[in-house]
Amino acid sequence: MSIRVAKTGNEAVAEAMRQMRPDVVAAYPITPQTEIVQIFSGFVADGLVDTEMVTVESEHSAMSATVGAAAAGARAMTATSANGLALMWEIVYIAASMRLPIVMPVVNRALSGPINIHCDHSDTMGARDSGWIQIFSENAQEAYDNTLQALRIAENPNVLLPAMVTMDGFIISHAMEVMEILEDEKVREWVGEYVPENPLLDVDNPVTIGPLDLYDWNMEHKRQQAEAMVQSKAVILKVAEDYAKLTGRRYGLFEEYMLEDAEVAVVVLGSTAGTAKVVVNELRKQGVKAGLLKLRVFRPFPAEEIAAALKHVKAIAVMDRSDSFNAISGPVFAEVRSAMYGVQSAPAIVDYIYGIGGRDVTPEHIRKVYDDLANIAARGKADRILTYLGVRE
Amino acid sequence: MANKFEEYLRPQFMPHIWCPGCGHGITLNALLRTIAKLELDKDKVCVVSGIGCASRAPGYLDFNTLHTTHGRAIPFATGIKLAKPELEVIVVTGDGDGAAIGGNHLIHAARRNIGLTVVMFNNSIYGMTSGQYSPMTPSGKSATTAPYGNIERDFDVCKLVQASGANYVARATVAQPRQLSTYIERAINTKGFAFVEAQGMCPTYYGRRNKLGGPVEMLDVLKKNTVTVQAAAKLSPEELKGKIITGELYQANDPEYCDLYDNLIKQAQEVAGK
Ligand SMILES: Cc1ncc(C[n+]2csc(CCOP(=O)(O)OP(=O)(O)O)c2C)c(N)n1
Ligand code: SF4
Repeated sequence: MSIRVAKTGNEAVAEAMRQMRPDVVAAYPITPQTEIVQIFSGFVADGLVDTEMVTVESEHSAMSATVGAAAAGARAMTATSANGLALMWEIVYIAASMRLPIVMPVVNRALSGPINIHCDHSDTMGARDSGWIQIFSENAQEAYDNTLQALRIAENPNVLLPAMVTMDGFIISHAMEVMEILEDEKVREWVGEYVPENPLLDVDNPVTIGPLDLYDWNMEHKRQQAEAMVQSKAVILKVAEDYAKLTGRRYGLFEEYMLEDAEVAVVVLGSTAGTAKVVVNELRKQGVKAGLLKLRVFRPFPAEEIAAALKHVKAIAVMDRSDSFNAISGPVFAEVRSAMYGVQSAPAIVDYIYGIGGRDVTPEHIRKVYDDLANIAARGKADRILTYLGVRE
Repeated sequence: MANKFEEYLRPQFMPHIWCPGCGHGITLNALLRTIAKLELDKDKVCVVSGIGCASRAPGYLDFNTLHTTHGRAIPFATGIKLAKPELEVIVVTGDGDGAAIGGNHLIHAARRNIGLTVVMFNNSIYGMTSGQYSPMTPSGKSATTAPYGNIERDFDVCKLVQASGANYVARATVAQPRQLSTYIERAINTKGFAFVEAQGMCPTYYGRRNKLGGPVEMLDVLKKNTVTVQAAAKLSPEELKGKIITGELYQANDPEYCDLYDNLIKQAQEVAGK
């Protein structure tokens, strides 16, 4: 029996953290993540969880302390947004290469500059090559569920990689929804006891973590890291299956919404998937065969699975909530189009960069995307790859 | 002088974000009053800030202004000063911005004794992110991250700056705005690194959490808790507990970094026979 509650995304994730009972949380406040850690520190202060809470002086220190704790053998967590993630950068890569299964909620916010506090995905997209698993959430329920699943994924011996669980700043983090949470005991069972592989605190078996690793072995270690990411895909699916047994809520690498017979499809991450589903429903009523692919796992990137799910449609629009400034497209488009390469008579595929710096995205915007797609599908080609949605030009 | 003030503001960006009764307005007023008194050329002033409620100040000021990232105003300002030593470079920073995430830069700018004026708007808390304790939150006081009181020790940032090598260190509270502006004036006139800690107040988070009443009551608390550096010299550590020591805490006349830098260039050119 799960419990129905009304919670914001930040409250939901703070609740997940309380139930997961990490040994150490080190964090620094930044809008819109602040509440997660603040609520969690309240739990610590009230004795509802026996975590060691470290209120450090910056995110660089937050990630460093988290890595230190994880290397010692603790279950360690932190959370951040935007410039906080950017300031962690150096240690973000180190966490992955040390193979420390840290779970970090990231509340998506535009990375400066110009200074902005609202949602886009430029923060986590920038970290896409850091070696972290990246899981995106559509709403507070998913943010909660993904956080619980991320721990089991990260700690799996075939994976041992850190994982970011993201949610859209303000849109999810600060909006209240009805959702279901698990009982504390169930989560306790779900996360189980953590048995670290080579903890520093195992003084009978002394190890060195993070030593110099030059051309003699560095490449082998990086190769192992890459392999772990490959292996993680199966683990993510297995964890999702176990989670479905526990909660009845089913997750995959992505969600297919009315995709089976779709002629036009949008690929989207995060809260905009909710808006897009509304539009798909409307279009279906009008007889348009519209579908949607909501990407949940961005790292590892499920290329083959995406190609299989989209190969039958006539035109695809990828929605990118960040730019990559590669003078071609946003980052998600690059990966999706690369996934579609080699598909027999591949669908036309275009990119829409939208919602930068919190620019609102409405059903009208998404309807326009589907209208464009209908056009492209009819003509069998697109005039241009990239459109900026809702921008003044 | 009143007109001058308006000239220094960017009314198109008003209303400002500060809460009613926020101490930051008083410190900003003291800064502007000083710049007006010194009749500084507006285009020769550069105000640099990090991120935080305090750091929003330059957005409203019609000087050369640079709003940077959290904790990094001093390194940005260092670059500006080295490139254009003739500019009056003033750093506006919060206690979180300047003493926590950016504390390292404060030490090294003071150590180099570079000719910046740093005004720390110390409201004893992280205001912008809604009231977490900062290194400057007094021991025992409450914050959102210290609901049962802060167990960390009091931190005297002025001592840190003095020990690091600054040429001028002073502290005043927003309950003494004239004194505050006098110190800012001397700081600006100092060659070398100058630091003014403006003990302010955040009624919204610090005040409410610590049940200090509204802005007026908080000003009273500041007044009551203030001891001049001269009077403090005669008091015991017990008597000084919880007191804010105000005044000019340190002055020196050590060589300024940009001057040393210029000298080095001159010497090198002489050696090279240029
Ligand atoms: C790298 C980074 N980390 C965290 C933040 C979030 N943040 C913005 S302002 C602030 C604290 C501000 O406190 P303070 O400097 O004391 O200024 P005040 O708001 O109290 O005036 C924090 C933590 C940020 N903007 N950038
Ligand atoms: S939160 Fe505090 S510091 Fe920020 S503007 Fe309001 S009163 Fe001032």
